[in-house]
Amino acid sequence: MDGIDSRDRALIVATQGGLPLVSQPYHLLGEMLDMPPAEVQARLARLLDCGVIRRIGAVPNHYALGYVANGMTVWDVDDDRIDALGEAVGQMPCVTHCYQRPRHLPDWPYNLFAMVHGHDRDEVLAQAAHIAEVLGDAVRARDVLFSSKILKKTGLRLVG
Amino acid sequence: MTERQAPVALSDLDRRIINALQGGFPLSDRPYAEVAETLGISETALLTRLRSMLDKRVLTRFGPMFQVERMGGRFVLAAMAVPEDRFEVVNTQVNALPEVAHNYRREHAFNMWFVLATETPGGIDAAVARIEAETGLPVYPFPKLKEYFVEMKLKA
Repeated sequence: MDGIDSRDRALIVATQGGLPLVSQPYHLLGEMLDMPPAEVQARLARLLDCGVIRRIGAVPNHYALGYVANGMTVWDVDDDRIDALGEAVGQMPCVTHCYQRPRHLPDWPYNLFAMVHGHDRDEVLAQAAHIAEVLGDAVRARDVLFSSKILKKTGLRLVG
Repeated sequence: MTERQAPVALSDLDRRIINALQGGFPLSDRPYAEVAETLGISETALLTRLRSMLDKRVLTRFGPMFQVERMGGRFVLAAMAVPEDRFEVVNTQVNALPEVAHNYRREHAFNMWFVLATETPGGIDAAVARIEAETGLPVYPFPKLKEYFVEMKLKA
């Protein structure tokens, strides 16, 4: 159901660097791909419907917006309770991503990851404290890993 | 805390544009004109501001955001504990792989965290094996077992 054909793929390759900044971007893509503009729009609509495209929009640079503190909060919680806890933490406004991930014992005991962004480290630590309240006695261990540098940020690149 | 972009002073208009363009971009013949109208500005002004914010890296990109898993591919977070005196060299080795989509330095014994994005599930194992072979360091994959929430929107 989520299959993409060669024309979808061509459209993905043509837009992965961004949507053209021209008055009629879908027309321009159509010219580039030898596809009527209506087909470009219909294919994008279908890719949105089936989730291949999450959304079409702007990706702000967190740092430029003043969200200079980025903390990956990690938690060791009971596997039996993690789904309810993950949903609850995911609902919190400060959390941008929340996942269950595997532990790597003994080095890494944490199975719940919640990414938070703040204007400074204190704000991130306050958010982590708030998450700890939501998790309550389910927390066995916790940590916050602050990012100190972006080493690479290109996103997925399909080969055209 | 070095080598990061300093916060940029954004105009009210830029803030409104960012907040208005975080999703739901129209699939119409003149989508920018449509959005510009809701913002009370001209299509040309919107395109000019967008181009400027992309040039200044206030926006990292504008366009469709793809979920590679829905295309049969995989996104996997992975971490390494890199000795500080080898950090630069290992960073260069890791970043050289096209499969490495993002890479962050974090303050922890696991000090390098990157996302591997591949078009096929098997590509992840191959990328992990290659990084381990080239660096001589173990890679710890953290595939997501469950996604509870993903929302990249941040209010400008």
